[in-house]
Amino acid sequence: MTRQKLVVVGNGMAPGRMLEHLFEMNADAYDVTIFNAEPRVNYNRLMLSPVLSGEKTYEDIITHGDGWYAEHGVTLHKGAKVTGIDRAAKTVTSETGITVSYDKLVIATGSSPFIIPLPGKDLDGVLTYRDLDDVERMLEAAARGGRAIVIGGGLLGLEAAAGLKMQGMEVTVLHLMPTLMERQLDPSAGFLLEAEFKRRGIDVRTKANSHEILDDGTGKVAGIKLDDGTVIDASIVVMAVGIRPSAELARSVGIETNRGILVGDDMRTSDPDVFALGECVEHGGQCYGLVAPLYEMAKVIAENLLGGAAEYKGSVTATKLKVTGVDLYSAGDFAEAEDREEIVLRDASSGVYKRLVLKDNKIVGAVLYGETSDGPWFFDMLKKGTDIAPMRETLIFGQAYQGGEPLDPTAAVAALPDDAEICGCNGVCKGKITGAILEKGLTTLDEVRAHTKASASCGTCTGLVEQLMAVTLGASFNPNAVKPMCGCTHHSHDDVRRLIKAKELKSIPAVMQELEWTTSQGCAKCRPALNYYLVSDWPDEYADDYQSRFINERVHANIQKDGTYSVVPRMWGGMTSAAELRAIADVVDKFNIPSVKVTGGQRIDMLGIRKEDLPAVWADLGKAGFVSGHAYAKGLRTVKTCVGSDWCRFGTQDSTGLGIKLEKFLWGSWTPAKVKLAVSGCPRNCAEATCKDVGVICVDSGFEIHFAGAAGLDIKGTEVLGHVKTEEEALVYITALIQMYREQGHYLERIYKWARRIGYDEVRRQIMDDAEKRQAYFDRFVFSQKFAQVDPWSERVSGKDKHEFKPLATLPAEAAE
Amino acid sequence: MNVLTLQDWVPVGTLPDIPRQGARCVRWGQTTIAIFRTACDRVFALEDRSPSAKGGPLSPGIVHDVYVTEPLHNWVISLETGEAQGADEGQVRCFPVKLDGETILLGLR
Repeated sequence: MTRQKLVVVGNGMAPGRMLEHLFEMNADAYDVTIFNAEPRVNYNRLMLSPVLSGEKTYEDIITHGDGWYAEHGVTLHKGAKVTGIDRAAKTVTSETGITVSYDKLVIATGSSPFIIPLPGKDLDGVLTYRDLDDVERMLEAAARGGRAIVIGGGLLGLEAAAGLKMQGMEVTVLHLMPTLMERQLDPSAGFLLEAEFKRRGIDVRTKANSHEILDDGTGKVAGIKLDDGTVIDASIVVMAVGIRPSAELARSVGIETNRGILVGDDMRTSDPDVFALGECVEHGGQCYGLVAPLYEMAKVIAENLLGGAAEYKGSVTATKLKVTGVDLYSAGDFAEAEDREEIVLRDASSGVYKRLVLKDNKIVGAVLYGETSDGPWFFDMLKKGTDIAPMRETLIFGQAYQGGEPLDPTAAVAALPDDAEICGCNGVCKGKITGAILEKGLTTLDEVRAHTKASASCGTCTGLVEQLMAVTLGASFNPNAVKPMCGCTHHSHDDVRRLIKAKELKSIPAVMQELEWTTSQGCAKCRPALNYYLVSDWPDEYADDYQSRFINERVHANIQKDGTYSVVPRMWGGMTSAAELRAIADVVDKFNIPSVKVTGGQRIDMLGIRKEDLPAVWADLGKAGFVSGHAYAKGLRTVKTCVGSDWCRFGTQDSTGLGIKLEKFLWGSWTPAKVKLAVSGCPRNCAEATCKDVGVICVDSGFEIHFAGAAGLDIKGTEVLGHVKTEEEALVYITALIQMYREQGHYLERIYKWARRIGYDEVRRQIMDDAEKRQAYFDRFVFSQKFAQVDPWSERVSGKDKHEFKPLATLPAEAAE
Repeated sequence: MNVLTLQDWVPVGTLPDIPRQGARCVRWGQTTIAIFRTACDRVFALEDRSPSAKGGPLSPGIVHDVYVTEPLHNWVISLETGEAQGADEGQVRCFPVKLDGETILLGLR
């Protein structure tokens, strides 16, 4: 059967989930092409608030990395907004000029934030809260300080306000209605929430009607004027008043729309070959902005794409506010009406408020504030229409009080029926989780997430899942235990490093024996870590175990996706010469190297070299004076420099010279993760030293040393270590810092993460203030370099590890016949 | 050149040619076969191609117990069955291989 062509417009959470279902049921039915207007992969939009507050990074919230698309043969066009659909020819065209034909089309264009048409809405500094770009803009603004005004006291607005406050801004929330989150909360819970936000120093103003956004005279936001004449100064205004379905694309090609794109129960639009999915959809008069209904739709579409007859019947939704320290749960409908009753529990001293709205002895709405663990239980009864008459007297106290069960927190979870929903985002019920734990022998939260997806989206049910694990696994499960370095041991990285020194363990088998490893030979996670710790702690005694190193460090080149390698020679401080460039050109010609690229670290990368050719390539490069650039190493990579006082009219010191000195001094040693340096000749910082692991900014009076920057998955400016007067001091202080990191860092932990873990002040205290400690670190580094500064390329040209580069045997193909 | 018949055991090298917890490759026409040697000197032969959809070699991976962790996507593959472990699913072709003294014999069909 030939594959049909499926095109998906939009790459949010809903289409991501739909494809997961589709591939699970039949991986071969469709060739899939996705157009994503955002220039990135699929991430968990629900988790933007923890990213804004700094509790998570972008990396933490990626759902499908690039690998997922490749693995499933999905073509993903990033940054390609779809501008046209030709329904007669069945093709889709993007703004970037890509045209793809389809058999089935899924429109998942999501929603866009609603912008209140206030005067000044187009000023620089007026933001929305919808995607990662918005979060980045808010973080930039937060770094400059000042006040932020958030318009909208709903779920998104409050999460934005709490996040901006945690980032150090002054925050005012303006809300048109008398109480916060009035769509999800009754006035009492709204009041408790308002009090909590005020207690955190957030200025909450209800019944506040904005009149205009004020201009500071240069086109930037200066503040807001309210209808009553009040003026509030601010540097940014975040509009979080709601979303509306993005239905324009569908509307423009004649698909029926109302507020959103109209679909039937089978999720088809008015064109039977076109489905609509997610926040852009209008079903039964409802548009949804929460993830659970979108996931239900995703499942229906996946089945119908494969010829099924699944139906979507609309959803009842539950909400949780994702602000750390605020427990709030709401579900269903809680408007007052004559045929409705309510049960309310208030405990002012502990800030607990619970309200259940009943109709005909069934729960129709629930609001919980301050203590929300019974939320899923109430929600479960709400969805099932359970008759609560028999337990009415004690219902509000929660599940633990029913039937005289003990007050053990896990008892409530244990008592849940197997079909009770635990993870609302992903629609995972209790039975599926306990089943997976038992069948597959899962013992950690991460494993449960990988196999069942429970608590893998917004994460608010993590506690429930952990309780379920405790109930299922008994005492052997302890969620608060120290995180072991891998599944082969119960020791953490810190414990292992400490015990290697304390017990003088000097080989991998010794560590595994003495520390009671549970596997015979470790795994691909712990062995490279142990090998590094031993190299670092016993430089003169430990024999490096190459079989415990990642392939790149074993063959001293970078493996590429097709199994070929890339080679980067060192160019000290980024300086090169005609002779060096000529030698590189000759090597490229001689070995037919397909790609030559200048790297971000001021060097030249030759890509696509066959493994067998590596020693010969190095031999030729070695003749021209090149040594390995360690572009593959958990070690010193590059020292980026600017031209400094040699050439630059602004240069204050010889930044190139200092960069070369540092590189020649530091190269060769292994570190927990890669280390990149830069030296800038003046505060204009052309070498971009303030986002490196270690950076130097030259000034007239000497050298300012920086550390703990990052410019990868995380972006972080450096911290200042201190100021020194001479190059010699700079060299000593930087070396001491790197040695401190070598001795304390966890394997694969970059300097910025290590420094954040142990504290920037602690690093400054040991390196800047404690001369004795500094000298001791420096001396230990110098000692270890005696064994580390050997050019690995020339070693291999002379025959070391020959087996790595040659096939064992070559047999004729006839052997197959 | 020998013309090999069905089920032939072909000598491809000796045990010391492969480092412990390492692998070497045998080219067999268009196919590359990785011969693995474990810490306990057992040998296994697998096609040198990851069962992950993205492919890539297995031989440069890290060998632990009777598994190899492939370098490009960190899948863990059983050397005994060729099956992916954990949450990943897939299987790579295995070849019979045995030791005669120190000589490695590869069974090609």
